Amino acid sequence: MTARVETEKPAAIRGRVPARGEARSLRIPTLVLIAVCVVAPFVIYPVFLMKMLCWALFACAFNLLLGYVGLLSFGHALFFGAAGYLTGHAALVWGFPFELALLTGVATSAVLGLAVGWLAIRRQGIYFAMITLALAQMFYFFCLRVPFTGGEDGIQGVPRGKLLGLISLEGNLTLYWVVLAIFLFGFFFIVRVIHSPFGQVLKAVRENEPRAVSLGYRADHYKLIAFVLSAALSGLAGGLKAIVFQLASLTDVYWTTSGEVILMVLLGGLGTVFGPIVGAVAIVCVESFLAQLGGWVTVVQGGLFVICVLAFRRGVIGELARVLRRPL
Amino acid sequence: MTTVFGVPIQALFGQLLVGLINGSFYALLSLGLAIIFGLLNIVNFAHGAFYMLGALGAWLLLEHFGVGYWPALIISPLVVGLFGALIERTMLKRIRGLDPIYGLLLTFGLALIIQGVARNYFGVSGEPYDMPPQLTGGKNLGFMFLPNYRAWVVLVSVLLCALTWFVTERTRLGSYLRAATENPLLVQAFGINVPRLITLTYGLGVGLAALAGVMAAPIYRVSPLMGSDLIIVVFAVVVIGGMGSIFGSILTGFALGVIEGLTKVYYPEASSTVVFVIMALVLMVKPTGLFGRTA
Repeated sequence: MTARVETEKPAAIRGRVPARGEARSLRIPTLVLIAVCVVAPFVIYPVFLMKMLCWALFACAFNLLLGYVGLLSFGHALFFGAAGYLTGHAALVWGFPFELALLTGVATSAVLGLAVGWLAIRRQGIYFAMITLALAQMFYFFCLRVPFTGGEDGIQGVPRGKLLGLISLEGNLTLYWVVLAIFLFGFFFIVRVIHSPFGQVLKAVRENEPRAVSLGYRADHYKLIAFVLSAALSGLAGGLKAIVFQLASLTDVYWTTSGEVILMVLLGGLGTVFGPIVGAVAIVCVESFLAQLGGWVTVVQGGLFVICVLAFRRGVIGELARVLRRPL
Repeated sequence: MTTVFGVPIQALFGQLLVGLINGSFYALLSLGLAIIFGLLNIVNFAHGAFYMLGALGAWLLLEHFGVGYWPALIISPLVVGLFGALIERTMLKRIRGLDPIYGLLLTFGLALIIQGVARNYFGVSGEPYDMPPQLTGGKNLGFMFLPNYRAWVVLVSVLLCALTWFVTERTRLGSYLRAATENPLLVQAFGINVPRLITLTYGLGVGLAALAGVMAAPIYRVSPLMGSDLIIVVFAVVVIGGMGSIFGSILTGFALGVIEGLTKVYYPEASSTVVFVIMALVLMVKPTGLFGRTA
């Protein structure tokens, strides 16, 4: 029995190094990532880079759920967009400073994540995806109706404020360093979670839920905690995006945003540490290069989905990890 | 004027009819989803796109070939169904046996492609599609005005649902289908061509969605985005009803359409969210869905 289960696992998982060794093997790519992020703003427009970082954090948070717990949420735009609205509202109307506004957004997403997760984990697999999608759509209609979101206009002119009340964040380069710091915090937090004993249980639930339950783990609790973590981190990304672009809009809560983040993770590599970042960078680039083509962006996205599912299920980083024979 | 809870009875019945129409489309689409899911283990995200293609097909037939509503009612679902069968043969077949989330992602991609292409050629605003002349006008029933076309849509939907139920539950083909849903390997061993059955089922489910689209064309405008929001509501309907039972899908579809219509009368602000609220309530009380078997 054991041997059979062993052979059923995908190649990327088989022959895994223990968690600690795995974390160590991430050291070099992590240094490369940091180096690229430090050099990039001197070469590329910082706002474009910040957009990438926000999406990358969102994708990493999403991957925590899909890649490591095996839960496909089709409604993550809810947390991304809700945090954007609350951060924007807190900064603009309540006059909260930068940090507090961002925290308001994260807290909102965490609470919403608790509510949605509590409902959605009652069903598994495909139903889980449909439930999260439906709840997110409900939230979209809610945002369309309530006055504080500004309806079709969104919340415009969100002030960037000052870091700790001292450093003005109006300058793009200054804001970039802050966004980078927050992104790295989120990224290392997720890496830490994945390689913690808690993360090992999450993977056990993904691989074989009944078996994890039979070993005495309360799978539903673990799933819910992972869901709330993922929602809160998605909220962090959404709140940051609202600050960077000084705008919170309906697009961020619409199902297309949920689809985009799924595509990023799928393209980069499900259940890889660096995949979501690569996927986010790739998709943000594709979208901005194809922006002049207008409606064809959706077609390209759809095509990428089809190609990834049919022929490229490991994603960019997953394939690379297979070639290099090490987890990435 | 007679009123019910402070609402004029004419407005009440008018909205009930609208609800019944929406319910017809929910029922036809969730029915197709349930049949496809049963055999292919795929939640067909492209169902809304095929519904839109049906309507678009009818419009194109009229605009470019001068083919009217009645032939389009046959031709458009047939062509879209064949297109669906082709997609099953070339793509969905390759991911059989994988985790069902890949099916959802693949069909989501297909929906994006179909909708994106349609939008590029068609614009977002949509085009009106005229009612067939035989069904214009309506009858005054005394308590309400019943437009003929709307009565026709409800009637045909009920008949189609009944027909689908009959085919799956009472015919030989249906018994193959149900058997293959339970255990495809064994049915294959008995000499039945299961892959062909699967292609046929997907084509039929998709054709049903396209037929709903043709019927919807004169009521709503024909627009490339008409299916994308609808499919999410239909997903909620499917979660509420559970995909295990054909009869359950039909009943839930109609019931939720009517509830939505009633909400439009009494509390219009909630009309677009009521289905989702009901879904949340059902999940709290009976997570497997009203007609669902155990998860």
